[in-house]
Amino acid sequence: MSATAFHAESSSLRRLAVAARGRSRVPYLWVTIIAAFVSLVSLVPLGFIAWITIQTGWETASKLIFRGRVGELLINTALLELCTIPLTIVLSVALAWLTERTDLPGARVWAWLAVAPLAVPAFVHSYAWISLFPGLHGLAGGVLVSVLAYFPFLYLPIAAQLRRLDPAIEDAAASLGLNPWQVFFRAILPQLRLAICGGSLLVGLHLLAEYGLYVMIRFDTFSTAIVDQFQSAFNGPAANMLAGVLVACCLLLLGIEVLLRGGERYARVGSGAARPADTRRLGWMIVPALALNVATVALAIGVPFVTLTRWLYIGGAEIWRIDLVGGAFGQTVLLAIAGGVLATVAAAPMAWLSVRAPGRLQRIFEACHYYVGALPGVVVALALVTITVRLILPLYQTFATLFLAYVLLFLPRAMVGLRTSIAQAPVELERAAMALGRTPFQAVRQTTMRLAAPGVAASTALVALGITNELTATLMLSPTGVETLATKFWSLTSEIDYVAAAPYAVMMVLLSLPLTFLLYIQSRRAAGQ
Amino acid sequence: MTFLTIDAIRKSYGPTVALDAIDMTIEAGGRTAIVGPSGSGKTTLLRIIAGFETPDSGSLVLDGRALAGNGSLVPAHKRGIGIVSQDGALFPHLTVADNIGFGLAKKAADRDRRIAELMEMVELDGIMAARRPHQLSGGQQQRVALARALALRPRLMLLDEPFSALDTGLRDTMRRTVARVLRAAGTTAILVTHDQAEALSFADQVAVLRQGRLVQFGPPRALYGKPRDRETATFLGEAILLDADIVSGRAECILGSLAVEPGSTAGQATIMLRPEQIRLTTAAAATDSEGPVGHVDDVEFGGGDCMVLVRIDRTDRAMPDFLSIKCVGFEIPGPGDLVRISVHGPAHVLAD
Repeated sequence: MSATAFHAESSSLRRLAVAARGRSRVPYLWVTIIAAFVSLVSLVPLGFIAWITIQTGWETASKLIFRGRVGELLINTALLELCTIPLTIVLSVALAWLTERTDLPGARVWAWLAVAPLAVPAFVHSYAWISLFPGLHGLAGGVLVSVLAYFPFLYLPIAAQLRRLDPAIEDAAASLGLNPWQVFFRAILPQLRLAICGGSLLVGLHLLAEYGLYVMIRFDTFSTAIVDQFQSAFNGPAANMLAGVLVACCLLLLGIEVLLRGGERYARVGSGAARPADTRRLGWMIVPALALNVATVALAIGVPFVTLTRWLYIGGAEIWRIDLVGGAFGQTVLLAIAGGVLATVAAAPMAWLSVRAPGRLQRIFEACHYYVGALPGVVVALALVTITVRLILPLYQTFATLFLAYVLLFLPRAMVGLRTSIAQAPVELERAAMALGRTPFQAVRQTTMRLAAPGVAASTALVALGITNELTATLMLSPTGVETLATKFWSLTSEIDYVAAAPYAVMMVLLSLPLTFLLYIQSRRAAGQ
Repeated sequence: MTFLTIDAIRKSYGPTVALDAIDMTIEAGGRTAIVGPSGSGKTTLLRIIAGFETPDSGSLVLDGRALAGNGSLVPAHKRGIGIVSQDGALFPHLTVADNIGFGLAKKAADRDRRIAELMEMVELDGIMAARRPHQLSGGQQQRVALARALALRPRLMLLDEPFSALDTGLRDTMRRTVARVLRAAGTTAILVTHDQAEALSFADQVAVLRQGRLVQFGPPRALYGKPRDRETATFLGEAILLDADIVSGRAECILGSLAVEPGSTAGQATIMLRPEQIRLTTAAAATDSEGPVGHVDDVEFGGGDCMVLVRIDRTDRAMPDFLSIKCVGFEIPGPGDLVRISVHGPAHVLAD
C-alpha cells in the first residue's frame, strides 16, 4: 500500500471514529436526561409516602400506624406469606422436577398446563372458587386460591433452571456415593436457589398487592383495607399510613430476598455444551406423580373452567349484551394498547442505556425503573389520587393519570423485554452501517431498531395484557364512564351477579392466553430450547 | 490379574446402535485409553461402566463383583467408581474444600486433614480451599475434580475427556499430573478421548472404538505400528498408505521393493508406512544408490514439521504418483529439488 493511500485510509478511519464519538456523546446525553426524568417520576409513589408521613406529623402517624387494626393486618399478611410461599415452593419444585427430569407421560403437556393458570386473573380464580364453595373464606381459603393462582411464577424459573443445570454435576454426585434422593437435596436443590428466591419474591409481592382475590375470599390484607378506607373517606391519612406500612412490607420482602439470594454464582462452570439431562424413571412413583399433576390442573384450571362454563350455561345468550360486553372489551383493548406503547416508550431510553452504556449512574436509574414494579397498584393509585387532588386537580380522574399509573406499574415488564431485544443487536452492526455511509440515525433505525422490533412488540404485548387484568389502580383512577373488563367484572360480582360477570371473565382469560403462551415460549428459549 | 471385565456389552438408542458387543478386560493398576471419533460410542461405554446408563445386554464385572448383567444392576452411587468429566462438573454452590470433601462424611474427624492431603496431591495451593469454582482457571477446576474423585479412594477412575477443555500447554501438564497421581494412588484408570496422541501417551492399553465396535485393543506401540485397517492407521497418526504386491516377504510398490513384517501373506494388499520411517535426501549427485527418486512439487512449511509433496518419477506404475511426506529438521528441500526416498524398518501390511 502506498503512503498516500495509507494516509487517506487512516484519516477516513479517524473521521469515522470522531463521528462515532460525537454520536455517542450528544444522543447519549439526551437519552440519559430522559431516563433520569423517567426515574424521577418513578420515585413519585415512594416520595409521596415520605411526604405524607412528614405532613401528617409523627403523633398522628404513630396513632394511625400503631393500632390494633394495623396489627391484625400485619398478622394476616405475615400468615398469608408464610403459609403460601413454602407451599408454592414445594408444589412448583415437585411439578418442575416431574415435567423436566422424569419420564412422566405427557410431560410437555403437563409443563404447559402448569403455566396455564396464569391466564386466569387471580380475582377470577377466587370468583370460581367462591361460586363452587360459597363458604370458602379466611386464611385457609386465601392460601388455597393464592397457591393455585400464583404457583406458575415459581414453576417457570425453576423449570428453566432445571433445564440449564449441567447433568454432569449429578453424575459426579452419584459417583461420590450419593443415592438419588441425596443427589436431589445436596446437588440439585442448592442450584435452584436463585430461581426459588426470585420466584418467591414475585409471589410474595403479588400476595401483598392483590386486592380482588382477598375481597372475594373475605380475607383482610393491607390492599383490601386501603381500598376500604379510600372508598369510605378518600385521601384520608388513615389510608395513606396503611399504604406506608404496605410499602415497608414490600421493601422488607425485597431485602429478605437479597439476603437469601446471596452474592453467589450458580451458572455452569467450564465450557462446552452441556449434555441434555437424563430423564429419571419413575417406576411405581408414576402413580402419585400423575395424581399430583392431575390434582393441580383440576384445581387451578378445572375449577375456573367448570365455574365459567356453568355460569355461561345458566346465563345463556342474554348475558352476552354486545353493548355492555363489547363496550368494555373495546375500551379495555384501547387502554391496554395505548398503555403498552406508552410504557415501552418510557422504558426505552433506560433499556438502551443499560445495554449500551452501563455505569454506576445508569444502574441507579435502572433500580428506580425496577423498584416501582414491586409497589402494589393500590399504593401507586393512592399516591396519584392524592397528588392530583391536592396539587393538580384538573388531572384528577383523567386518562393522563390512569396512563401514568399503568406506565409506573408496568415499567419493569417493559424494561425486561426491551433490554434483551436491544442486547440482541450488537453495536458493531451500527458501526458497520455507518462505515457504509449511513448517518448515525439511519444506522440505528436500519440495524438496531429493525433487529429489536420483535422483542419490542412482545414486551408491549406483555404490558398490554397486564393492563387488561389490572383491577385496583383502574378502579381508583379511571375517568367516570370508563369501564374495562376487569372493573365491569368487579362491579357485577360485587352485586353478586355471578352469571352476568361470567362473559367478562371469559374475555379476560381469552385475552390472557397469548400472554401465557408467550411466557412459556420465552422461558423455554431462555434455556436454549 | 483381571480387574474389570466387559463382556458383550450392547446398547442402542432406538434404531441407533451405540455399542455392539464390546468385550474388553482391564488389568488392575493399568491405564487404559478408549479412543475413537465422536459418535463412536466411547462415552456411552464409559457411562455404562460408571452406572449412568444401563446396557441392553452383556455383563460388567469389577473385581469379582457383577455390576451389570444377568439381571442384576448396581446403581452408580454404590459402585465406588470415581469420575472426572470434561469440564470438572464442580458443584457451583460449594467452595473448593467442600467440593473435594463432598463424598466424605460430614462429621469425619480427619475430614479437613484429608482435604488438605488431597489438595496437596493434585498440587493445589491451600489458599484455594475457600474459593468458588468460578474463581478457578480451567486447569485448577480439573485438579479439584480429580481430588474430589480421589477422596473416596476409588478402585477405578474414569476420565471423560478431562483435558479437552484445556489449552495445549496446560493439557500436557495436566495429563502428566493425572498419570502421576493415579500411579501413586494405585488406581486403575480408564481415559476416554478423541485425541489419539493423548491416548497413546497416557495409556498402557489403548482401545480403538468405531461405530460402536471395538476395532483394536492393545499396547499403544503395537496399535500405532500395526493397525488392523486403514481407518485405524490414519486415526492413530499420519500414515502413508500404498498399494503393493506382497511377494516372498517383500512388498513391491511405488517406493520400490520394501521389507514387510515376517508372516505377511502374499498377494495384493495395502501397506502402511509412518512418516518417521521415511527420509528424504537431496539426490542431485547420488543417482546411483538404491531407492526411488522424485521431484519436490511443493513444500508446506510448518515450523518443526514440514510437509513435502514429492512426485515420484516412475512411469511403470499408475497411481499414486504424489506422496506427502513429513520432514523434520532444517534441511528441507525446496520445490523442484530432486530427492531420494529411503525407507527404514519394515512396512506394515493392513489386514483389509
